[in-house]
Amino acid sequence: MSFLSNVISGISLGSIYAIIALGYTMVYGIAKMLNFAHGDVIMVGAYVCFFAVSAYNLPPVIGVLLAVALCTALGMLIERMAYKPLRQAPSLAVLITAIGVSYFLQNAALLWWGSDPKKFPAFIVVGEQNGVSLFGGQLRITYVAIVTVVACVAIMAGLIAFTGKTKMGKAMRACSEDKGAAQLMGINVNATISMTFAIGSALAAIAGVLMCSAYDTLLPTTGSMPGIKAFTAAVFGGIGSIPGAFLGGLLLGVIQIFTQAYLSQELADAIVFAVLIVVLLVKPTGLLGKQIQEKV
Amino acid sequence: MKTEKKRRLRRNTRRSLINYAIVIAAYAIVQALNAGGNIKSSLQGQLVPICAYIVMAVSLNLVVGVSGELSLGHAGFMSIGAFTGIVAATALQAAIPAGWVRLMLAMVAGALFAGLFGLLVGVPVLRLRGDYLAIVTLAFGEIVKNIMNILYVGIDEKGVHIAALEGSRLVLSEGGVPIIKGPMGAVGIAKLSTFTAGFLLVLVTLFVVQNLVDSRAGRAILALRDNRIAAESVGLSVTKYKLMAFVTSAALAGAAGVLYGLNYTGLAAKKFDFNTSILVLVFVVLGGMGNIRGSIIAAALLTILPEALREFADFRMLAYAIVLIIVMLATNNPTMQQFFAAVMEKVRGTFRELFQKSGETVKGGGDHE
Amino acid sequence: MSKQQAYPKPKLVPVPSTNIIPERDADKSPILECRHLGIDFGGLSAVADFNMAIGRTEIAGLIGPNGAGKTTVFNLLTKVYQPTRGTILLDGRDTHSMTTAQVNRAGIARTFQNIRLFDNLSVVDNVKVGLHNQMRYGMASGILRLPGYWKEERVAKERAMELLSIFDMQDLSKHQAGSLPYGAQRRLEIVRALATNPSLLLLDEPAAGMNPSETAELMNNIRKIRDTFQIAIMLIEHDMNLVMGVCEGICVLNFGRIIAKGTPEEIQANPAVVEAYLGKKKEA
Repeated sequence: MSFLSNVISGISLGSIYAIIALGYTMVYGIAKMLNFAHGDVIMVGAYVCFFAVSAYNLPPVIGVLLAVALCTALGMLIERMAYKPLRQAPSLAVLITAIGVSYFLQNAALLWWGSDPKKFPAFIVVGEQNGVSLFGGQLRITYVAIVTVVACVAIMAGLIAFTGKTKMGKAMRACSEDKGAAQLMGINVNATISMTFAIGSALAAIAGVLMCSAYDTLLPTTGSMPGIKAFTAAVFGGIGSIPGAFLGGLLLGVIQIFTQAYLSQELADAIVFAVLIVVLLVKPTGLLGKQIQEKV
Repeated sequence: MKTEKKRRLRRNTRRSLINYAIVIAAYAIVQALNAGGNIKSSLQGQLVPICAYIVMAVSLNLVVGVSGELSLGHAGFMSIGAFTGIVAATALQAAIPAGWVRLMLAMVAGALFAGLFGLLVGVPVLRLRGDYLAIVTLAFGEIVKNIMNILYVGIDEKGVHIAALEGSRLVLSEGGVPIIKGPMGAVGIAKLSTFTAGFLLVLVTLFVVQNLVDSRAGRAILALRDNRIAAESVGLSVTKYKLMAFVTSAALAGAAGVLYGLNYTGLAAKKFDFNTSILVLVFVVLGGMGNIRGSIIAAALLTILPEALREFADFRMLAYAIVLIIVMLATNNPTMQQFFAAVMEKVRGTFRELFQKSGETVKGGGDHE
Repeated sequence: MSKQQAYPKPKLVPVPSTNIIPERDADKSPILECRHLGIDFGGLSAVADFNMAIGRTEIAGLIGPNGAGKTTVFNLLTKVYQPTRGTILLDGRDTHSMTTAQVNRAGIARTFQNIRLFDNLSVVDNVKVGLHNQMRYGMASGILRLPGYWKEERVAKERAMELLSIFDMQDLSKHQAGSLPYGAQRRLEIVRALATNPSLLLLDEPAAGMNPSETAELMNNIRKIRDTFQIAIMLIEHDMNLVMGVCEGICVLNFGRIIAKGTPEEIQANPAVVEAYLGKKKEA
């Protein structure tokens, strides 16, 4: 039974990674940059929801919507202020700027909200219960886990439909292939990139809320490690690929929970990263990534 | 032909010589101020870390700036070096009483070990390019941090003992001493590092990096950075030269780790985390990619800066972040570049006017440009 | 077991017999021989059944309409792409499983259609990178500045200046390669390729972007290079004056296949070539 319960925790954690990784992969695919601040947007989303629900007593749904709205705005603002001026700059300059933004968000959060950990309320409850018990209490599935997995699948399906079917989605794909050509075809590249950041940040907010509901403590640095892990998940699955991010996230979550349960609590991160290295060495573009040949 | 050769040598060597001169002058000034008791003790404590960070920055510059590969796990090599050095220095305590000899041997051991790991990681990993290499080096740094965190090392008369995960697994005889205690890190280290040792290590690093870059191998590394396909087409092996830069850099980072580690009585593995790697990367980027002098200055200034801003403790990291973003925008955005160039021109113009005026009234004032 | 080895049933392959090289090179084996060379990109055959031989001191031309696969042939020869089929014999040696760098060390040097210089290095350093494999001193000699470093660097510098003098570029030696004007960049690429001491030099559109007088000068220089270094040169070019003026043997590609081979005169008179370039004449 503990095996099954580990599978469930793995998938649930993996779904959180997958939601963050989906945002990462969208942004990377189009802006071709490692947005290190992505993890900190997660943190901001979680704080917004936390204060909305616990300090202003707003209903959880409003809290989530507020977090999504504010993070979307924040993501677009960051893009406009920090990344857009560097569109032509070397990628390392953009990377360092993203690190600067990440530091900024963490330290601003530290000043504003303090360094004491916030206890995130369990708000996905039915009646008094936060989950269902099966097999006479041997197996417990929290509602957060269920919501997370459902949300993750829905988001992935939505993104695939969006990038495949809608005009904006097609514009995004065009921009990720060739910005110059896309511009010549009349696509507003700046608006498209901005839109991508908006979607990525909205997903980050959702991930932040779900993550803090599942793991209940909230700190200004809460987002950075999941951010790095989710990025790893995106690379793992093949960066730029939506199903890849989903697959990478799930696998990463399951691997992490299983190593924690059966091998070593302390070495879980090391093993997760070691698996990543092995995957990249065997398949340098990740599980579902495309090979890009340099034109000579 | 003959005279031209001389001029070329001078020009190529001049930059390196100026860097040595800057480091030596800085060392002399600090020593002089120190003798006069003019350096605050808080800054005094920073002298060795500054040297260590300069070595870190210069060595990372060899990978990021000169070789053009992004590495986000440089602190991992520093960590390997530091703990190897600590173990070596403690193990040699009885055999070699002279502190500076032990420090030197510890540095050699740390550099060798870190270099070895650089080789082990580099061989498979340097096939990856760009962001993929970045993420793998990041993963490497995290793995090192994790493993160092569960490592227990002790020494008794039978030699060095190593155990993992639990301290109780480390069985030492009566007179044995534990050196590294898992998450607590190394404890009871003999403080061997001195500012002079740090200064010498910086000089050695400059010597190695600058001479390497200005040699046949260095040209190959630069050529591979500028255009990999063209470099291959003139017969350069990509792996060999990427690896050369990577391993040299890792070894120097290892030596820097020893310098850093033997400067404290206790040291935990989590000191060398992702943030440390990023910090060093920031030194390199702000100092200028491939610019050795820039790395030295950026590392020194940015290590002092947070200390100097200690009064504004709460805001200093925020200010640091804002400065970082603004500098990146100012140096990389064409509009901002123009704006700053215009401002500088105006400032220069004002100065010129000022000097010209003062030149008329004050004798000798016209000596300035 | 009998000592005599039984041969498995042989697979029959046609022997390339259509290959031509200049008469003066005929007593020696060709420097390059391609047999049934081909590559597929995702099912599409970009080059197929490419057979060609180049004499030791021949200047050969590879022409064809845009997209015919000319640069792909160069990329196959230098192993930027690994061929799907066929054999490349360089001086009689099969280059199978060699890398780009190894092929260069074996004797093929090239230039690129879209110039690829080491932009941030000086002109002389670009050439010195080309001389890299003719220098021997190791990493330690370089760092410790042992006598080997000084001696070899001096020799390399002199050699680099000598090579630059082919195009009268000595005065530019200290400029940054990326800051040179277009024509000079093309010439520097040739010098850098020559520095690797090749026996076959591949030039990918050396006259692109040059005016008629520059092209004429280039023509002379190509001949001069062949004469002084006694090497074979193969070039891709759209400027027919240059091709017809300098090449001895010409090979015409269309849709990845050779449609004609011969001397400039033969090629000019070949109806298949005219058709490939101008399209089929409409029946009246």
